Amino acid sequence: MRPFSYQPASSPSDAVKATSMKPGASDKRGDGNTVFLAGGTTLIDLMKLDVSRPTGLVDVNTIADKALSEISFSKDGLRIGALAKMSAVADDATVKREYPMISQSLEKAASAQLRNMASMGGNLLQRTRCSYFRDVAWKQCNKREPGSGCAALDGQNRLHAILAVSDDCIASYPGDFGTAFVALDGSVEVEGPKGKRTIKSSELHLASGSSPSVETTLQPGEFITALVVPAGNWARRSAYLKIRDRESYEFAAASAAVALEMQSGKLGEVRVGLGGVAGKPWRSMEAEAVLRGQSFNEDLAQKAAEAAFADAKLHKHNAFKKELGQRTLVRALMDVAAMEA
Amino acid sequence: MNDSTRSPFFTRRNFLSRGAAAAAAPVFAEALVGAAPAQAQASSAIPPGPAIPMSLVVNGQKRNFAADIRTSLLDAVREKVRLTGSKKGCDHGQCGACTMHVDGKRVLSCLTLAISVGDKPVTTIEGLAKGDELHPMQQAFVDHDALQCGYCTPGQIMSAVACVNEGHAKSDSEIREYMSGNICRCAAYPNIVAAVNQAKSQMKRS
Repeated sequence: MRPFSYQPASSPSDAVKATSMKPGASDKRGDGNTVFLAGGTTLIDLMKLDVSRPTGLVDVNTIADKALSEISFSKDGLRIGALAKMSAVADDATVKREYPMISQSLEKAASAQLRNMASMGGNLLQRTRCSYFRDVAWKQCNKREPGSGCAALDGQNRLHAILAVSDDCIASYPGDFGTAFVALDGSVEVEGPKGKRTIKSSELHLASGSSPSVETTLQPGEFITALVVPAGNWARRSAYLKIRDRESYEFAAASAAVALEMQSGKLGEVRVGLGGVAGKPWRSMEAEAVLRGQSFNEDLAQKAAEAAFADAKLHKHNAFKKELGQRTLVRALMDVAAMEA
Repeated sequence: MNDSTRSPFFTRRNFLSRGAAAAAAPVFAEALVGAAPAQAQASSAIPPGPAIPMSLVVNGQKRNFAADIRTSLLDAVREKVRLTGSKKGCDHGQCGACTMHVDGKRVLSCLTLAISVGDKPVTTIEGLAKGDELHPMQQAFVDHDALQCGYCTPGQIMSAVACVNEGHAKSDSEIREYMSGNICRCAAYPNIVAAVNQAKSQMKRS
């Protein structure tokens, strides 16, 4: 690992002052930059791999403000402090009852140890598991080196994305919670050098395909302080279905985050998120449009699943994800429609 | 559509040769950019450089030592505090062999910077027994032969103790799910589940 300076932060504004990332560099390797250290489960790993090369870490875990790790509820919805641990949110009884999709997406992510370490804000910004991104021996990676190409296009691309990709990058967004978060139309509150602002989840991540090297719209020095999920009648009747190569402790081959507002078989508002298949946290507006306002049955679910993957771009080893993704979504829709909520 | 159903995966041979060719090429053309411009800082940063004084509270004892800022909690405990029970497996947070408790919670010490732990209490496998009396989980691993080579065992036991304390050991399937972050290449999993089941009732009594 390359040398870096270390600075414990005393407040969010202290942390913001201490970071000094250059414009446009916040999502690259952090070369020459100072970056935030929260749970460290992605950052320290990537620094050991020499993929991330920050010259300074600002430790935000030393901020004594309890609000930064609080989980609270109001008529407006759910508010999660960005430093709350994944395990704390997954185990929260109210989250389990009111937002089952969120609790399940967190429980099925990583291991118990990683969930005890990783912060919610950091989890949302988790980097791709593309093996060509993670191994600096590969020269071609537009995420690491803009313009260098994409080794995954002709390489081992079984777990790569089929939506929101291009010939520049087919890296998959690996997160589970991020998929549920975008489906529920969450937003993040950030504090930065120019003050505070709110970013909608749909506008936070940039797709691997269109923007390989800059992954989010966060500006240099901006620090996520809270994650907010609006209230909605659909949130209670929701679930996160994750299909993977082994039963536990594995990234999604395909996943579906589904929330339905439903009365005597008829759908009202519908939310569909898809994980393991896209170059960013993916909300399928196409599937939602097919479902919204209709009488629910398996044929309709199948039509929605086909619409969700109509634009899929398949590669040598990941073509199976189109059908797997469709089946995953159909099963999730059937399961959630059968829930008592 | 493409021909994924017909085409074989890379063979090990051609995958490795591609990797070697890529590794032989110049790794990065880009020069590292210079240090960021100085900004007003409210708290002060510890610069990179020679070893700096640190301390950890391990198994109830405060230990002072000097180490590089980059030192992981795992390396600090093994090489500075000289407690080598915790094991380094993957060193990337994937295997669980390095599991310790920090502030009562199980974490991966390989992905934790020692300097970030501060005065939070750290418990390692050496901190479980009371003198010669093994912790119920240690005894259960012995009773059920829940290991073969033993390398993953300290991490398994630290994780298992936390699993029970968290209330995530109610059924075999729940134990398997909440122990899935600890990999055992000898596949002693059925015996580990049996050990956790035995220890969980004894831990309640003690």
